[in-house]
Amino acid sequence: MINWFRLSSPVSFYPIAGAWSYAFAVLAALLAGVGLVVALWIAPTDATQGDAYRIIFIHVPTAWMAMFIYVVMAGWSALALGFNTRLSAMMAQALAPTGALMAALALWTGAFWGRPTWGTYWAWDARMTSTLILLFLYLGVIALRSAIEDPRRADRACAVLAIVGAVNVPIIYFSVQWWNTLHQGSSISLTAAPKMAMTMLAGILIMTAAAWCYAISVVLARVQSIIVERERGAGWLESLIDWRAEGTT
Amino acid sequence: MLDFLAMGGYAWYVWMAYGAVALVVAVEIAAVRARRRRAFDELRMSLEPPSANALARAKDAR
Repeated sequence: MINWFRLSSPVSFYPIAGAWSYAFAVLAALLAGVGLVVALWIAPTDATQGDAYRIIFIHVPTAWMAMFIYVVMAGWSALALGFNTRLSAMMAQALAPTGALMAALALWTGAFWGRPTWGTYWAWDARMTSTLILLFLYLGVIALRSAIEDPRRADRACAVLAIVGAVNVPIIYFSVQWWNTLHQGSSISLTAAPKMAMTMLAGILIMTAAAWCYAISVVLARVQSIIVERERGAGWLESLIDWRAEGTT
Repeated sequence: MLDFLAMGGYAWYVWMAYGAVALVVAVEIAAVRARRRRAFDELRMSLEPPSANALARAKDAR
């Protein structure tokens, strides 16, 4: 059984984060390799959309990650506010840049999928607009942190913004049901054979797993840097630097 | 190979989308590494002059 209280301290979390970051990086690379082969070679050309539909294999995972990372960030923020734990706030801080990049990629890949299929790169459609707001919320959280000098005050301000902004996530998710606009649900017409739908589904799931592993790996690596930046006064970091100086530099 | 790159006439869209993902992943990994380097550089600077503890450790290591 894992001792969760031990994990909530930056001292004991630092080495664990490093090990997990490495493991998830390896997993992400393997999954992305397999996923890209399925996405670009194995999955057959779509009957109506041609090869343009292959963008789905990166569009759907990045869009899911953009929403999911926001929920996780809001969750860590709530923990940080509720229990006043440093590490929770650091996790929220580490998630924001990756979430912002995922939101930007979801919009970008969506634009390059929308142009050949809908005839436009951009429309003020409910789902696209709410995803753009998601990107602005991420950027707002990042900007707010850099605007406040005291990290503990920045933690609280960012946590409040992240939690309030979380109402946008269900809006994105249900936007295709609530508003009858350009962005369809998951109604991509394949050549109807169930075998092909299976390949497509498998491709999306593998790429999504790769995106998950990538996000976990990069966020854990970033939280390590944040710990070093913010715990500078703490004595335990000294042992870390000695070890690094001997080992790697 | 050329056939593959042509993506059935949708090369511009498919490769702009996939290329952006590849670029963002590469840039983010580089940024995370640069941040780690910077964090440790600043930590090292903040520790000057080395504490007795650090000196003892360095001596042990040699």
